[in-house]
Amino acid sequence: MSAPAREGVVVPPVSEVERGRRSYRRSRQRRSTWVAVVSTLVFAAVLVVGTTSAPGWERTQQSFLDPAAAQRSLLPVLSGLWLNVRVLLVAAVCVFALGLVVALLRTLRGPVWAPVRLLAAAYTDVFRGVPLLVLLYIIGFGVPGLRLQGVPTDPVVLGTTAIVLTYGAYVAEVFRAGLESVHPSQRAAARALGLTHRQTVRLVVLPQAVRNVTPPLLNDLVALQKDVGLISVLGAVDAIRQAQIQSAVTANFTPYVVAAVLFVLLAVPMARLADWATARARRRQQAGGLL
Amino acid sequence: MTGVGEQPVLRVRNLVKSYGDAPVLRGVDLDVDEHRVVTLIGASGSGKSTLLRCVDLLEQVDDGQVWLDGQDVTDPRVDADAVRRRIGVVFQAYNLFPHLSVLDNITLAPRRVHGVDRAEAEERAMALLDRIGLAGRARAYPDQLSGGQAQRTAIVRALAVQPRLLLLDEVTSALDPELVGEVLALVREVAEGGMTILMATHEMGFARSAADVVCFLEGGVLLEQGPPEQVLVDPQHERTQQFLRRVVAAGRL
Ligand SMILES: Nc1ncnc2c1ncn2[C@@H]1O[C@H](COP(=O)(O)OP(=O)(O)OP(=O)(O)O)[C@@H](O)[C@H]1O
Ligand SMILES: [Mg+2]
Repeated sequence: MSAPAREGVVVPPVSEVERGRRSYRRSRQRRSTWVAVVSTLVFAAVLVVGTTSAPGWERTQQSFLDPAAAQRSLLPVLSGLWLNVRVLLVAAVCVFALGLVVALLRTLRGPVWAPVRLLAAAYTDVFRGVPLLVLLYIIGFGVPGLRLQGVPTDPVVLGTTAIVLTYGAYVAEVFRAGLESVHPSQRAAARALGLTHRQTVRLVVLPQAVRNVTPPLLNDLVALQKDVGLISVLGAVDAIRQAQIQSAVTANFTPYVVAAVLFVLLAVPMARLADWATARARRRQQAGGLL
Repeated sequence: MTGVGEQPVLRVRNLVKSYGDAPVLRGVDLDVDEHRVVTLIGASGSGKSTLLRCVDLLEQVDDGQVWLDGQDVTDPRVDADAVRRRIGVVFQAYNLFPHLSVLDNITLAPRRVHGVDRAEAEERAMALLDRIGLAGRARAYPDQLSGGQAQRTAIVRALAVQPRLLLLDEVTSALDPELVGEVLALVREVAEGGMTILMATHEMGFARSAADVVCFLEGGVLLEQGPPEQVLVDPQHERTQQFLRRVVAAGRL
């Protein structure tokens, strides 16, 4: 509801008709809110009753929702999650850079660059195709097996590398789609101003492309955030690994549920940020209007 | 709609619209009678497009009312889609759908909104295209058309649903001078066919010869309206005189 002071700027007295329209819209708004609240409550009730009345509910509750086990495992799982967060931050930056570079390499013009283009294309094809879990095993156990000097053997570093390689391939394709979504007339306009191919990409095409692909990129970030948990298969002691350990100690599955809840809590702000960025991008493009 | 209760197709009263703190329309009153061509003239930024967008319910008005055939369409209880179905709009930038052929652009609304079957919709579309000499380009895509062809296609697309009222927003200002003629000829033909038209234009020559009423919009207010021979030749208001002097100086009258 906008402040009356702002409306006052236009034409001080608002007509009877407009006041009626506003109060009607407000009442519709209130009704929608009520409908939403009631339907949510009904839906939640059905869900709770449906689950708790299942024949195996008692046993499931004991092994998955044991408060004592939850309390015991919370701190260890949290400390594991800290590793996930750090891996996520490093991986996100590396994925962004790798994806962008590969996408740009694929746009290079001229025969000299043919091998580079080919290599970039091969990279995206291969690493989008290999299942992440398989790649984790290959890099996590295969690379240390080479016993090369100076090559890291830390499972965290190797696991992060595998994740970056896979996600880099996905993100490269997202960037490439973004670069191609910029209308050709934009390139024409830039070249017509005398900008070189490179300047055109850097100053005109890339900024529009990045803006267009921000929502799908944030979506990939949310996916990345839970996939960093996979480094636990290499023995890195992250949240999932801690949950596994605690689960063995308590002979109960509750620590996994604790880990799941923590991952969700981490994902929610990211998902909201993605929604917000999408909405903002849309608002910017179609300024104003009811549609 | 003849007889005692004769009412205008479009009636606008005290229309107010602002973007943020900037008032764009400050109480506009306007009638468009059936089979009439009403043109809106005025400087760039005077609110012509905004007025048309408010009439087509693409913007929510801040105050005032708009009636279409006697129905208050600014009432929030009114189904805005049903109102828009009775109004045809042509935008300055054509806004043809680039992924559809000329024929599909024209038949989209008749088929999907008005439930006309494909064969009939295409037959009517071809007849319309034939009239504007574009029957041979029915399978072409919008990017393959000249500006004039694209704009004539956009006009035909708006007409294909047989609207009660046609809104035209500077349909020629994106065109080469030599293409302006073919589009205006089509508008004139449509007007002579009895269509009720409200159009924003910078083509004073066209307004003079084809319009029944000319409205001069300035600073969000309709300063002056009347038959073209009065508003364009002997304007009463000083601002109108100024505006027309500038137009004449620019060689557009
Ligand atoms: N979506 C919007 N958000 C904010 N301001 C807007 C928006 N649309 C239009 N305006 C402003 O409203 C004013 C009137 O715009 P409008 O497009 O109606 O002018 P116009 O008379 O059609 O001009 P022109 O002859 O150049 O087409 C302008 O000052 C414009 O900057
Ligand atoms: Mg305009």
